[in-house]
Amino acid sequence: MNTMQRQVVIIGGGPAGLAAAAALHDSGIRDILILEREPRLGGILNQCIHDGFGLTRFGETMSGPEYAQRFINLVLDKGIEYITNCTVINVTPERMITAASADGLLRISADAVILTMGCRERPRGALSTPGDRPAGVFTAGVAQSYINLKNTAVGKRVVILGSGDIGMIMARRLTLEGAKVEAVFELQPYPSGLPRNIEQCLNDYGIPLFLSHTVTRITGRERLESVTVSQVDEKLRPIPGTEKVWPCDTLILSVGLIPENELSLQAGVQLDPRTKGAVVDEQYQTSTPGVFAAGNVLHVHDLVDFVSLEAEKLAKAVCRYLSGETEDCGITVETDGSVGYTVPQKISGKQDVTLSFRPRRPMRNVVFSVLQGEHCIAKKTVRKALPAEMLHVQIPASAFVSGESVKVVCEDA
Amino acid sequence: MNTQFDVLIIGAGVVGSAAARELARYQLKIGVLEKTPDVCCGTSARNSGVLHAGFNNKPGTLMARFCVEGNAGFDKLAEELDIPYRRTGKLVVGFTEEDRVRLEAMKELGDRNGTPGLEIVDKAFIKEKAPHVDGEFALWSPSTAVLNPFQYTIGLAENAAKNGVQFFFNHEVTEIVDDGSLYTVTAGGEVFTSRWIVNCAGLGSARIAELLGIPGYTIYPCKGEYFLLDKRVGDMLPLPVYPVPNPKAGGLGIHLTPSVDGNVLVGPSSEYLDDPDDYAATQTTMDMLIEDGSRIFPHLKREYFIRNFAGIRPKLASKEEGGFHDFVIERRDDLAPRAVNLVGIESPGLTSAVPISREIVRLIREKEELIPNPDFDPIRRRTPSFWDKSPEEQAKLIEENPDYGEIVCRCETITKAEVLAAIRNPLGVHTVTGVKYRCRTMMGRCQGGYCQTRVTEMIMQETGCSREEVCYSRDGAYLFTGEVRKG
Amino acid sequence: MHKTYTCIVCPNGCEIDVEYENGQLLACSGNLCKRGAEYVAQELRDPRRTIASCVLVEGGELPLVSVRLTKPVPRDRIFDVMALIHALKLQAPVAAGTVVVTDILGLGSDLVATRTVREA
Repeated sequence: MNTMQRQVVIIGGGPAGLAAAAALHDSGIRDILILEREPRLGGILNQCIHDGFGLTRFGETMSGPEYAQRFINLVLDKGIEYITNCTVINVTPERMITAASADGLLRISADAVILTMGCRERPRGALSTPGDRPAGVFTAGVAQSYINLKNTAVGKRVVILGSGDIGMIMARRLTLEGAKVEAVFELQPYPSGLPRNIEQCLNDYGIPLFLSHTVTRITGRERLESVTVSQVDEKLRPIPGTEKVWPCDTLILSVGLIPENELSLQAGVQLDPRTKGAVVDEQYQTSTPGVFAAGNVLHVHDLVDFVSLEAEKLAKAVCRYLSGETEDCGITVETDGSVGYTVPQKISGKQDVTLSFRPRRPMRNVVFSVLQGEHCIAKKTVRKALPAEMLHVQIPASAFVSGESVKVVCEDA
Repeated sequence: MNTQFDVLIIGAGVVGSAAARELARYQLKIGVLEKTPDVCCGTSARNSGVLHAGFNNKPGTLMARFCVEGNAGFDKLAEELDIPYRRTGKLVVGFTEEDRVRLEAMKELGDRNGTPGLEIVDKAFIKEKAPHVDGEFALWSPSTAVLNPFQYTIGLAENAAKNGVQFFFNHEVTEIVDDGSLYTVTAGGEVFTSRWIVNCAGLGSARIAELLGIPGYTIYPCKGEYFLLDKRVGDMLPLPVYPVPNPKAGGLGIHLTPSVDGNVLVGPSSEYLDDPDDYAATQTTMDMLIEDGSRIFPHLKREYFIRNFAGIRPKLASKEEGGFHDFVIERRDDLAPRAVNLVGIESPGLTSAVPISREIVRLIREKEELIPNPDFDPIRRRTPSFWDKSPEEQAKLIEENPDYGEIVCRCETITKAEVLAAIRNPLGVHTVTGVKYRCRTMMGRCQGGYCQTRVTEMIMQETGCSREEVCYSRDGAYLFTGEVRKG
Repeated sequence: MHKTYTCIVCPNGCEIDVEYENGQLLACSGNLCKRGAEYVAQELRDPRRTIASCVLVEGGELPLVSVRLTKPVPRDRIFDVMALIHALKLQAPVAAGTVVVTDILGLGSDLVATRTVREA
């Protein structure tokens, strides 16, 4: 067994891990090791061949592989060490990492561990859809991987459940490849993906989107033959009598992403039941000292650009941690019912901080205010707030009036 | 292909596989005809995975006798075949005085059947064994165990194959003709002959009995739906917990069972069907499972659900009649003198499979002498798994075989070495579920989101099959429609 | 005449209220930046889109290389472009940025590889 000691170990060589590594290097940290389970760096971006990445981070739009390559090039240019085909199988609260690769078992003791494992798709089982268990039901990301990386076609007549961005992007991709995409059904009364994807992935190709609808039965003993779709009421319960049968051979699920925190739990990291990611302070440090998290493993982002930006901020905080600077982050961030969560969940009140959050339902012309006691210490006015889009509000260090907790609230503008 | 056999077994469930192995102890040419592409595709795989102790069955029945025998003999069997299991013990929890009376009656049944160590225990005992479980008192059965039903059946079948038994998958029996000394069996369009036939067809056993010339049996398919819960719950449920069963019901009531791998099963429901192939899950049943399961285990949460599935009990007792009929294991000298006919092998069939197989041998031996096979080897070994080893052992596994260093399934920590071994299985099964059952890829919380593309690619590489030929679970369950770009 | 567009230029997805006559933009509101106005003017005149797809690669570490158009093409020509992409075949290695087809179908847009596929 190979044992080593490293200053920083980054688990996951996707957009978050790569951006963190490059930014750490820029801050003068040299002893960095990235562990990646895939044969190549880049993470999920390798299969996201569509355009639309990079506008925020690089000021130009590009495909997923190209966006990833920008960061891979940075890592290569800086000579940052990485190991591919290497899966971390354990992290202890004492920051001892065990990783497996064909070369053997590796044990690494790290001063700081950065968790950038990304997220995974919510599978069908979590939905408990009634009906048969035929072949032909895929999550959107699995279908994307088959089509874009494995040259494998998954079906010809397709129904999509869930209006997540990957689902809509797959609707377009499948249509371009000659499949007939019958419709996209969304349980909620509003879409869960971005408006522009409804426009360019569905409307452009005449694919209907039905809100407040869900699949209530899957039919087919061997291969999928049809799905039954029902309308749902305000409590999201299927309305009897609204069932309609849609013949199809393929059902694509785009019903949510879940941060992949198996390793975080092993490391003793406290998770936030709302984000399903770690509870972090403004340093992106988790409840386990020296263990940090950013990107989709922390909370599911709408855009990869924000993943990179978050990881770059994390890198600065890790530098401070390594040089022994710590801030006591005793201010907790609370939310009212309009906001699902915030990241970070704990702040110091001594530094400028950006809170990221998502509205729980679509809203128009609203102000999100950060209150500390009676005082409004920051606010953001938006014309259109959608659950599909993350919002960010900056609080300058000077705005804090006390060490009391703060609360994000929403009011009409 | 030589299609002449001494014994043809119809059905490769746990009973058919156990029969194949037991008969392989003798100098016989044995074949197994199975309509699906793998062993344990029906009732044998779709159950609670519990090795019962024998207190639910009427004294004097084959069910009672074989269940107690099967339980007692399981340690040796599991060692020979490398079957994962745990002697967890089991609690049947009660809340009311009526429950207590029933539990005492069950204890008395069990004592008469020879179930070891039964005790009525108090709330403190329940809380000590299972702190998260509710109940005022319980029947405690120390000999009950949980086992991996896939590995159990696969172990029996692989060991049978190792000892010369031939398995024919995708061979549904459509015709049986008896010329007085030899049966001619048509299955999957091929013709086989055999001196003996053993009917282990489970849900199809009444149909096969009829083909054998034994009319009069009806199988009442009774569906049981389950939820499978995330391993995160596993620590909260160290042993199976059952409610006091309703004697009129077709099953033992909604219970909670830890799987040997650390998940938790909630179920099964009990719903009589017209169609023996209807494994569909229903909304009302799923809601009922949650409600009933929460009564004894209040920690049931939707976010823990990772999949649901259903199994179907081949019952001889109709819905109107309720309860259980004893196993039918017979040689009908009047109608089919060279056939062993098994009908209605339902719970506790999994526990009883080996004693049942010995009964099959006994019925054949009454008619002819069987010569022991001196080369019979009872040992079968699983490919060593990686996840349950110490770091030192893991390092050694990788050193010996670098494929152990490549993690294919992240949720269950299954390596390439294990997946390859599953694809190269001795029975020649190539379905995706075949790989799942053998090495547990795609069985974890992401349900294949990470590993499915890798597993299917490895199946294609290893077997040389095309994309269109990759089959999920059974004939016709194709996964892919071809290539995106043709070369 | 009036119409509401969802801008696809950036993730903001502005809802833009448009007033137009004979395919000409008269006025628009709701866009956060000037690219929104350019987008709706183009939509009224001649809707254009870029697409991303894959091209077959022989002898590579991967069976496909991802590709995209460098400039938008008329929306109603997308399936013509796809038909052409279907027929293409490359030999590994393919470097990211390689122009696979110059001026595709004479539409003024190139098809470029968006990743590197090394030899197997």
